[in-house]
Amino acid sequence: MTYIPKPKLHHPQLPTNKLGFTHRDYEGSISTLCAGCGHDSISAAVIQACFELDIQPHRIAKMSGIGCSSKTPDYFLGNSHGFNSVHGRMPSVLTGANVANKDLIYLGVSGDGDSASIGFGQFAHSIRRGVNMLYIVENNGVYGLTKGQFSATSDKGSKSKYGAINGDSAIDMVSIAMQLGATYVARSFSGDKSQLVPLIKAGMSHHGAAFIDCISPCVAFNNHVGSTKSLDYVREHNETVNKLDMMVDHEAIVADYAPGTVEMVTQHDGSVLRLRKTSPHYDPSDRIQAMNYLQERAAAGEIVTGLLYVDPEGTDLHDYLNTVDKPLNELQTEDLVPGSEALKKLNESLR
Amino acid sequence: MSKPIESVNDFVVKFANVNGSGSASANELFARSILRMGVPVASRNIFPSNIQGLPTWYEVRISEAGHMGRRGGVDLMVAMNPQTWAADVAEIEVGGYLFYDSTKPMPPSKFREDINVVGVPLTDICNRAFTDPRQRQLFKNIIYVGALAALLNMDVAQIEKLIGEQFQGKDRLIAPNVKALHMGIDYVKENLAPLTLRVRSSDKVGDRIFIDGNSAAALGAVYGGATVCAWYPITPSTSVAEAFMKYCKKFRTDKETGKAKYGIVQGEDELASIGIVLGAAWNGARSFTCTSGPGVSLMTEFVGLAYYAEIPAVIMDVQRGGPSTGMPTRTQQADLIGAAYASHGDTKHPLLFPEDPTESFEMASLSFDLADRLQTPIFLMLDLDIGMNDWLCKPFEWDDSRQLDRGKVLNAEELEAGKVLQRYTDLEGDGIGYRTYPGTHPTKGSYFTRGSSHDRLAKYSENGTVYVENVQRLLRKFETAKKLIPAPIRHDAKQKTKYGILYYGSTAPSMYEALELFETEGFHLNAMRVRGFPFADEVAAFVLEHDQVFLVEQNRDAQLRTLLVTETNLDPARIVPVLHYDGTPITARFIIDKITALLKARNVAPLREVAR
Repeated sequence: MTYIPKPKLHHPQLPTNKLGFTHRDYEGSISTLCAGCGHDSISAAVIQACFELDIQPHRIAKMSGIGCSSKTPDYFLGNSHGFNSVHGRMPSVLTGANVANKDLIYLGVSGDGDSASIGFGQFAHSIRRGVNMLYIVENNGVYGLTKGQFSATSDKGSKSKYGAINGDSAIDMVSIAMQLGATYVARSFSGDKSQLVPLIKAGMSHHGAAFIDCISPCVAFNNHVGSTKSLDYVREHNETVNKLDMMVDHEAIVADYAPGTVEMVTQHDGSVLRLRKTSPHYDPSDRIQAMNYLQERAAAGEIVTGLLYVDPEGTDLHDYLNTVDKPLNELQTEDLVPGSEALKKLNESLR
Repeated sequence: MSKPIESVNDFVVKFANVNGSGSASANELFARSILRMGVPVASRNIFPSNIQGLPTWYEVRISEAGHMGRRGGVDLMVAMNPQTWAADVAEIEVGGYLFYDSTKPMPPSKFREDINVVGVPLTDICNRAFTDPRQRQLFKNIIYVGALAALLNMDVAQIEKLIGEQFQGKDRLIAPNVKALHMGIDYVKENLAPLTLRVRSSDKVGDRIFIDGNSAAALGAVYGGATVCAWYPITPSTSVAEAFMKYCKKFRTDKETGKAKYGIVQGEDELASIGIVLGAAWNGARSFTCTSGPGVSLMTEFVGLAYYAEIPAVIMDVQRGGPSTGMPTRTQQADLIGAAYASHGDTKHPLLFPEDPTESFEMASLSFDLADRLQTPIFLMLDLDIGMNDWLCKPFEWDDSRQLDRGKVLNAEELEAGKVLQRYTDLEGDGIGYRTYPGTHPTKGSYFTRGSSHDRLAKYSENGTVYVENVQRLLRKFETAKKLIPAPIRHDAKQKTKYGILYYGSTAPSMYEALELFETEGFHLNAMRVRGFPFADEVAAFVLEHDQVFLVEQNRDAQLRTLLVTETNLDPARIVPVLHYDGTPITARFIIDKITALLKARNVAPLREVAR
């Protein structure tokens, strides 16, 4: 970590987005994580994604639980409200926030301890409910803040920094998310910003429960030989199924691609996902096939990354609750209180 | 046989049934019919944690004098459950009545010499008229209501009217129900004499309504502007959420679009429920959860977060018998300490103690104003007795000029005009800072909410001085709470006395009855009903004003006494606990017996035995 505060002044020629914001307007406090931490790369990717999407920073709510990953919302989007809740319970807090105001963009940031162990249930149920959010798990397979214990995403047989071998089976977050009905599921790697930024952009634009499992090596406790979440191991075993470009305003497609190598997906909000296939037979709109493929490659020791599944017509919790268009937190006394006449009638029915 | 008990409009009828047999609606019909005759009733369900096949009882106290507490003892037992026959027969007062289905002959050993037995061949009458098994089961219940109506000289027209109202919209069910009712009436008229227990039309009900506290609290949440409810099913609180759904559908559906001005989420557990509540409240929607003791235990980590990060929340705790799973279908006031100090570290939370459904409605709506004003969780402490039984109580009232008090919130205009958010700064001396809702302004007023220690501007800090300043402010806020929660209500004796008595919640109706009886016997007590925590200054003053104060509670450990002694530094010796905790609602008889015994033990001039 660094103690040098960032200067408030910036270069006058710093590029701005359509809203006139620079990158700096999407930054947060200085990170207190270890130098080289994968989580900081993910924070940078979030900043980049929001800048590119021309989102007003205050229209995003950043929610997290407890752990290294859950600290990161302090380090990006300083003009957004943030909520660092309790361990493993970010999903419920996010769900409530979302029910209260359907108009904000909800970014849930969590870790593998927070989401696969203590908060596994809440993770699962928020996905089941189709909460409109982007849920990112910064997955390093280890408990960082308490110095190096295995987490529930550590692979069986993976070695800890101190030599212990993990005997428990690993939880594969993307498989679970898909099984529980997430309508946007991706896996990425903190070391591949070019892959991660568009995945975050598309996930934020998605209507419904969007989930990204982002492998994010822990440089302090899980980056050694024998770990299956080290930078080297992930680089060597990364099998990317597609490359995503995210286009907001139907930008013209300039490049030419060989037939069958590009797929265009239009999401609910009109955004277009352009997928360049690197694995020719992989179809991210086929959930069953995607789930099979993930299992197959996992058995072969590979980590599949990319946009794994998307249902562009996803629905969300508000669709199910059939809530009014106006956010619930904007309803006033006259919208909410039935008044004395209604009460008189009710009294009459109770006699 | 003993001399039959003679009484008009003052006796107890108890129905012993098997649950799942459809008896509940017939029994309620019986109780409501008496209300329609202008005679007050207090009804209570005594039921097992089970869906079908286990014993269940319904007790109706008919009291022209308006005593709404449980009396104890039974004058007329309607014994419909062979499983509990012996115990039910044993419970009847000497000279009381046993009503039973005499279709099959019973040996004399099954009865008692000192009671009066009334047999009606219900099964036989019913089976002759109906063939469908489910119909037989249901109509048998209506037949006994008819028989009782004739035996007790009830107004049949009122019962018929109620049946008509009950099946409005399903009109084809009216005729067979009325027919069954008359089968019971006719049998009694032809074969039996009326009892010496009678119901006589009166005018003592007035404009009062008959409703359960859970429904009333849910309605209070609607009127209190709650838009988000997150809950997990648990007896005895489930019907709060169900009633909230019902009332929201009725009152909160947009007339043009048919869309909902509310969001109800059934959580996967109580942790998620309270998490959803906090997320919604943080985001500016009024939200609540309803639960019982085990749920509160699970919620405590989040409750501490809400306390420390200062997030409004309403938690309705419908208390049941604890500890652990305890007695899920029995009543207690045993979550007070658990709720008041819920969570680790130094925490304390305001509690409200409604005495009946009317106050459950009022306090539920108020609790949302308090939560927003104080930016902290508020516990509405109901119990099973209030929550799940129909009570005869004052009608609901609402002042249409009342606006929801959203507390200290800076909006976009105020931020734009130069007001600066100082989230945890005590600008006005009441310990409460200003907050903003997320998404208010592009560049002003955002802050980071956290359960870790923070400074006046919501920045992370582990500085000891900063920490102390912050938690001291929380204590000042608690002082503010003292002035905002409902004040205690005092009922002074007609004569000057050195004795006082404190009570709260569902003890109230039995207490009113006990106080009346004490007074007739010449024992004078000043009484005070505590309505919330932290305690108003009047509570400690009341204790100091008397030589001896009794504190009546429905728990084993005198939990309110502990709170009182801890929070006000009163001498515990001044406060004598009177504790009832077997899971049944407290009775006036119990209060009188206990206090009489306590006074005797202390060599106080003995009271005459109080008449029953």
